[in-house]
Amino acid sequence: MSIRDKTAIVGVGTTEFGPRYRHLDPEVTAFDLAAEAFTSALTDSGLQKSDVDGLITARLPSYGRLADMLGVRHPRLVNAFEGTGRMSGVALQTAVMAVVTGQAEVVACVYGNNGRSAGAKYGGGAGDARGDVSTAIYDSMHGMTSPGAYVAMMYQRYRHEFGVPEDALAPIAISNRRNGALNPNAVMREPITYEQYLAARYVAEPLRMLDYCLINDGGVALIVTSAERARDLAKPPVYVTATAAAGDLTNYYTSTDFFGAACRDVAERVHRDAGLQPADIDCLQIYDNFTPTVLFSLEGFGYCGPGEAWEFVKDGRIEVDGALPVNTSGGHTAESYMQGWALHVEAVRQLRGEAGERQVPNCATVQYVCASPIVTSHIFRR
Amino acid sequence: MTTDLKPVPELTELNRPYFRAAAEGRLCIQRCRPCGHRWFPPSSRCPACLSTDVEWADVSGRGTLWSWILMHQRYFAGFADEIPYPIGFVQLEEGPFLVAGLVGVDVEDLVCDLPVRVVFEESRDGIVLAKFTPAGSVAATS
Repeated sequence: MSIRDKTAIVGVGTTEFGPRYRHLDPEVTAFDLAAEAFTSALTDSGLQKSDVDGLITARLPSYGRLADMLGVRHPRLVNAFEGTGRMSGVALQTAVMAVVTGQAEVVACVYGNNGRSAGAKYGGGAGDARGDVSTAIYDSMHGMTSPGAYVAMMYQRYRHEFGVPEDALAPIAISNRRNGALNPNAVMREPITYEQYLAARYVAEPLRMLDYCLINDGGVALIVTSAERARDLAKPPVYVTATAAAGDLTNYYTSTDFFGAACRDVAERVHRDAGLQPADIDCLQIYDNFTPTVLFSLEGFGYCGPGEAWEFVKDGRIEVDGALPVNTSGGHTAESYMQGWALHVEAVRQLRGEAGERQVPNCATVQYVCASPIVTSHIFRR
Repeated sequence: MTTDLKPVPELTELNRPYFRAAAEGRLCIQRCRPCGHRWFPPSSRCPACLSTDVEWADVSGRGTLWSWILMHQRYFAGFADEIPYPIGFVQLEEGPFLVAGLVGVDVEDLVCDLPVRVVFEESRDGIVLAKFTPAGSVAATS
């Protein structure tokens, strides 16, 4: 059964990333941020709240609490995802499947995260000392923690296998910051130089501070409906042409093939189902929890060969005015870390022509890629 | 609740054999009796064939350093005075991967695919950890 172009994203909403980054608010809840994004997305779509018959949440402690806050009492599709970046792609896929199968017609996917104000750490938790719920203790007893360190392990290996120089990630960090300066909603509005990148301190060497995503409070919402319903709404529809997922599930975040097998599986299906290859894609939104993930994504999805991505990203190729713009909003290292959700919004903005100074001219197709323990990819078109 | 101590596991019926062996200077992980598969961390069931007929068996202690990092970030107060400290992702000769501290090696000598060998060091409170050192080093042969 083909789902090609049968669903569309018709509404997007986000909170303001810069102000929240600069002024922590210990009173704001994840639900507040989610509700703000939902309301914004609803307005953006031109739909009424009573039209919403599907509710998917992510990173919220209770889907029921959000439903009650929003007054959405009887959704026909309800699901709640954990607070990991891999889930943004999974959530959209769930919404698409629900609409295509007729389970629901208008599905709101809503993310809210107040972790920064609430003091959440992405590392350092001793967590479950018995190892019953999480096996992290077997690593943290050695002082190992945090997804960034696990990606650093992968990147160290990648450097060894392919003879990659010390500064190879700089173009990614620099391009993201350049795009952030063009994005009024980005946290980081100042570009960085090559020298500044190299001078940034190590976090989990070989990764530096400027290779890391910006932890922030925020909310993001997407509203998905059928292509038919999308035709009469406020904004030009952004069609989901294809989508696919594959896990890379071991005990560790670190993947010994750089998520390659899972990426190739997803790439083959999403490109086949869309009838589009990398050469047909105008813009990429790549989940960049840490800059090396961009390399693994480009290679895994066939934009270049194994070991070639560090050269592929050089010389402006991935910049907003380059041959293949990547993370035009500034991505997770400049716009804000919203666990993939804001990258979905940026895909929509590019295809609608709403990306302002960072607009990719004639942007007709955008691919989202998340290389992680659940690899997902969507191809969108206008 | 914050602690200045290093995180250590709570011993359970499932993980106790691993730590008892480590305290005796042996690296010991689970093995499936029917199919021979080995794995870590501990689980009640074989991930290859799903059998629950599992045992604990010593491994050689030899492995290869698939990769390594130097931790500069203070995530744990208990590790603060060791920063920056090296951590390895080691592939045992028998196949499974372990995260482990690296000892007895200068940072300049750390390289992927370095042959390594297990050594044992107490963390705290009687919990002994399996760490790794270059296979050719003096520490490994003692």
